[in-house]
Amino acid sequence: MSDKVEHYGCMALFGTGSALIEAVRTLQARGYRELEVYTPCKLDELDRLLQPPSHRVAWAAFAGGAIGGIGTLALEYYAAVISYPIRVGGRPFASWPAFIPPALEMTFLFAAGAAVLAMLIGNRLPQWYHPVFHVERFVRVSQDEFALVVNAQSGEDTEHILGLLRSLHPLSIDQVPR
Amino acid sequence: MTAHRPGNAYSAISARVSYLALQHPHSRPWWLAMIVALLLSGWFVVGVIVLLARGVGIWGIDIPVAWAFAITDYVWWIAIGMAGTFISAALFLTRQSWRSSLNRYAEAMTVFAVSVSGLFPIFHLGRPWFFYWLAPYPNRMDVWPQWRSALVWDFFAILAYLLVSIMYWYVGLIPDLATLRDRAATRGKQVFYGLLALGWRGEARHWQRFESLSLILAGLAVPLVFSVHSMVALDFSEGMLPGWHSTIFPPFFVGGAFFSGFAMALVLGIPLRYWFGLQDFITDTHLDKLAKMMLAAGLFVDYGYAVDIFMAYYSGDRYEIAGIAARLGGAYGWVFWTVVACNVMSIQLLWSPRIRRMPVVVFVIGLLVLVGMWLERFMLIVGSLYHGYLPSSHGMFYPTQWDIAFLAGSMGLFLLMFLLFIRWLPVLSMVELRKLATPEEGAGS
Repeated sequence: MSDKVEHYGCMALFGTGSALIEAVRTLQARGYRELEVYTPCKLDELDRLLQPPSHRVAWAAFAGGAIGGIGTLALEYYAAVISYPIRVGGRPFASWPAFIPPALEMTFLFAAGAAVLAMLIGNRLPQWYHPVFHVERFVRVSQDEFALVVNAQSGEDTEHILGLLRSLHPLSIDQVPR
Repeated sequence: MTAHRPGNAYSAISARVSYLALQHPHSRPWWLAMIVALLLSGWFVVGVIVLLARGVGIWGIDIPVAWAFAITDYVWWIAIGMAGTFISAALFLTRQSWRSSLNRYAEAMTVFAVSVSGLFPIFHLGRPWFFYWLAPYPNRMDVWPQWRSALVWDFFAILAYLLVSIMYWYVGLIPDLATLRDRAATRGKQVFYGLLALGWRGEARHWQRFESLSLILAGLAVPLVFSVHSMVALDFSEGMLPGWHSTIFPPFFVGGAFFSGFAMALVLGIPLRYWFGLQDFITDTHLDKLAKMMLAAGLFVDYGYAVDIFMAYYSGDRYEIAGIAARLGGAYGWVFWTVVACNVMSIQLLWSPRIRRMPVVVFVIGLLVLVGMWLERFMLIVGSLYHGYLPSSHGMFYPTQWDIAFLAGSMGLFLLMFLLFIRWLPVLSMVELRKLATPEEGAGS
């Protein structure tokens, strides 16, 4: 085994959201784009700094809802008109008003299901292994601390990045092994 | 707004809420409740076995009263679920930040109540093992569900509601499960919560999608709630019985659903905050607001009772009039007057702000409302069936011990699930509570 450990990046932990945001601003001003930010809850400020929110989840919900609703109507039409028509009380085979309730419920179900899938797929979850979990103190990020990871792919010298992070006065600095 | 904000910073929130799930304090009342829940659930299981062996004849149902306890239990339970979704979703969309202390256990209440309620229509089928015939799928019999039937609509409504509630609840739990994973001290718990947390690590882009999903699910859940309980009501209003065949049923039922659901939220929340010492989170202000909503929903339901009576006489229809006369003074008159005592009289106390902040009184009123709402469904279901169009087929309903077993047993089953929830999962949403604390308050260590 070689002595040289391949690194995923460098992690700095901060005690407050504003310290983290300040650090992101500073690093971005220095030209770092490969930043990963981990927080215990959503910070709206980060949307403006990192990347604007995408609407994929919303579109997935819309598509799912459309498939669920139209699909159910189509199924009802097929079942009640084509496959096995039964005349009930002289009503038309295609009883559209009566077809709406199941279609409505399936619209909700499929929209919700598609949105959940879009969130999981977009976030690449479940993903039980990730390099950041190697850092001992990372457990605090799901509780009360804020992590900033400068990805090693930025090609910078690790020592330089560590020095830069140190100048931001974080609570701790770690190298994230891969 | 400061009054609604639990004054805890991030660390305190995480520590306090995870402590309950990881250390299991106050285990004596928990075990006592668990024994009761297990006994009742055992009774339920015995009931189910006897039902499967001997059929629905073990219940007191017969012609003309072919729907009684089981359907009453079903409507009662599914209604209780409705308010959980309402607290969680509608109050989220209307930015009522005080809901953050309530939404987790309210959502859990919804999931468990809907799970319990869905069992009743299936057991009522006569041959429960064929319940999947309700689903449309290509089969060798070459038949399809009857799409014009409210009972088929109801199947879709329950299915959608159950699955959406589970998704909504679970997605909201994911970041909190990650907190528990990170705080767990034993390997077993780390693996248990770790697997459930799906590897959540709180990346900024993940939060974006998470928030976007929360908003969409809330937006879907609100109309879903209204539609589901309307479908439940259509089971009745599509039926040609005096007292059932009425357009007021869907809104009346939705109002009743919120009414009983807020009552259950109070009945669960008050002991919960007492035992777990959560007064900082579920404050008197929360009880006050829940009680106000219970009062508002109750007044809507009371209006429904009045309109039901008024419309019968206004219509001039002799069967409707006879039905109402039987409701007020017939063999089941005592049910109606108990309903009035519970659902009309008792809630009037809640006009007083002082009473709304007395947990014991609000708890008792909540219990009365739950009893009243169960009896109200019994009144609407049995009260119409026993007194139909043909006087020759009027007849009474007498519950058997198995009717009681299923009612009590379903409560045990619900209690069992709720107890497991409060022992192993975070009873408050840590993520939601963190949002109330500003980032500056979240100073570490």
